[in-house]
Amino acid sequence: MAEVSSLHKPTANRAPRLRWDARPWLLCGPGAVFFLVMLGVPLVMTVVLSLYGFSYTEGLIETRTLASYREALVDPYFHEIFLRTYALGVGVTLICVVLGAPEAYVISKLRPPWRTICLLAALGPLLVSVIVRTLGWVLLLGNHGLVTEALRFVGLTDRSLMYTHTGMVIALVHVFVPFMVISVWAALKKVDPATEQAALSLGASKFTMLRRVVLPQVLPGILSGSLIVFALTASAFATPAIIGERRLKVAATAIYDEYLSTSNWPLGAALAMILLVLNALVIFAYNRLVERRYRKTLGEA
Amino acid sequence: MYRNLDRNGPLALVFNALFLLFLLAPLVVVILVSLTPEGYLSYPTNGVSLRWFRAILDNPQFIDAFYNSAVLAVLSASLATLIAVPAALAVARYRFKGRDALTTLFLSPLMIPQIVLGVAFLRFFTQLGVSGTFASLVAAHVIVVVPYTLRLVLASVVGLDREAERAAISLGASPWTSFRRVTLPMILPGVTGGWMLALIMSFDELTMTVFVASPGNTTLPVQMYNYIDQSVDPLIASVSAVIILITIAFMLLIDRLFGLDKVLTGKG
Repeated sequence: MAEVSSLHKPTANRAPRLRWDARPWLLCGPGAVFFLVMLGVPLVMTVVLSLYGFSYTEGLIETRTLASYREALVDPYFHEIFLRTYALGVGVTLICVVLGAPEAYVISKLRPPWRTICLLAALGPLLVSVIVRTLGWVLLLGNHGLVTEALRFVGLTDRSLMYTHTGMVIALVHVFVPFMVISVWAALKKVDPATEQAALSLGASKFTMLRRVVLPQVLPGILSGSLIVFALTASAFATPAIIGERRLKVAATAIYDEYLSTSNWPLGAALAMILLVLNALVIFAYNRLVERRYRKTLGEA
Repeated sequence: MYRNLDRNGPLALVFNALFLLFLLAPLVVVILVSLTPEGYLSYPTNGVSLRWFRAILDNPQFIDAFYNSAVLAVLSASLATLIAVPAALAVARYRFKGRDALTTLFLSPLMIPQIVLGVAFLRFFTQLGVSGTFASLVAAHVIVVVPYTLRLVLASVVGLDREAERAAISLGASPWTSFRRVTLPMILPGVTGGWMLALIMSFDELTMTVFVASPGNTTLPVQMYNYIDQSVDPLIASVSAVIILITIAFMLLIDRLFGLDKVLTGKG
């Protein structure tokens, strides 16, 4: 029957159907099953948990209710937290672009021994535990930290930057800027130095050459680096938890507190789901935007 | 004019110096504070002392956590490699329905915030009645590190010349022998690089692990986070200094073997 009906469909000039091959499934089947179970089941369980009720006297109530989502979406307390989270994401990303992209370019222009040394110094911190790097900022920004003493000496401020937005931004930029450097570095490796040479020999100033020749070629690196930095900042936990503490909560620290301090698991689960969906939406929208932009520039050219 | 093209101007060099100062200052400060002879947070202005490194030995909670983290990292990186190598071979060599979906599935832990993975695993393990066990930590870490290993192994499988394998098969080698004697040696740099990156990612993981670790089965980052939450003293600086030194050694090794930038961009 199947063969007969397929004869009548206008698929005659399509490539012949591939015979089903078991080999790829044997190779990745076990891993795929493990991933499906370990990711799918826990996420579904968390959605179910987020729909449970909660009261401080009785704890978990096994019902179906959107109360936790209502609380998370209506309460101005959580508005402030999500606003802070995404504002930090945008701010940290912009600073990482401004610092990380030029740094990658400068490193690429260094002479051989220094190029390797500076690249290692710029990327190496990525491998050092986030908690260690954040501790470094606690020591620098604390009451008797070097940065605080320096600011006091210059007379800029006599308050330490611990528990401030500025302090969080500084530490988060430090944690994530190597991702921007590596992204732009990877894009720079594909740039043909001859194009720079051509621009200069045709009389372009160095600035025009950077803006009109180098920047367009590394833009994909900047864009993908930005997405990585933004997504990581918006879900960062350790740095905001230590530098901002409970005074300046972000989404991740708020989720942590709902789980481990207040024990309001349904609310924590609802906040986690909202963070997951918001992040996914941003990534999706960003990819669409970038794709459309690229199609447009390609169409013009 | 052309000579200047591949050279940086003075402004660029100053920028480079300031940038690296910004990146390295926190690490240098941690090491300096760890060398203080005083009993409180201070720089070693009155001589250098290793007393806070000796103090680590009197704090078994850090030693135990370090040991846990090391075993966890080796186990999860190895299991991740066992999943990633066959998956990379399947994805790179066969055109089959669901191929893109499988790749997305294996890379998806990169897209999910780690805090979300943490709460999801906590619920899952609690419902299964295995929460806080070492095995559950390993399972959770495997999920988090597979994407890193897979990207590097994929990069090395994709660029592979298959003539040698065809020759091995036509000369009568079994698929397994051809994999072991021909394919594996060729993709070994990518596999080892992926394994080492997974090792570091597992060893450093905090956000997800903070939910699934238990007081009996904790990791070094979790132990350190809980310690810093209470107080910051030279002891935590000396523990951090040890981690910095181990990481530097590891980083130099990775760079020597594969090139750090290639491992980090997933182009092993």
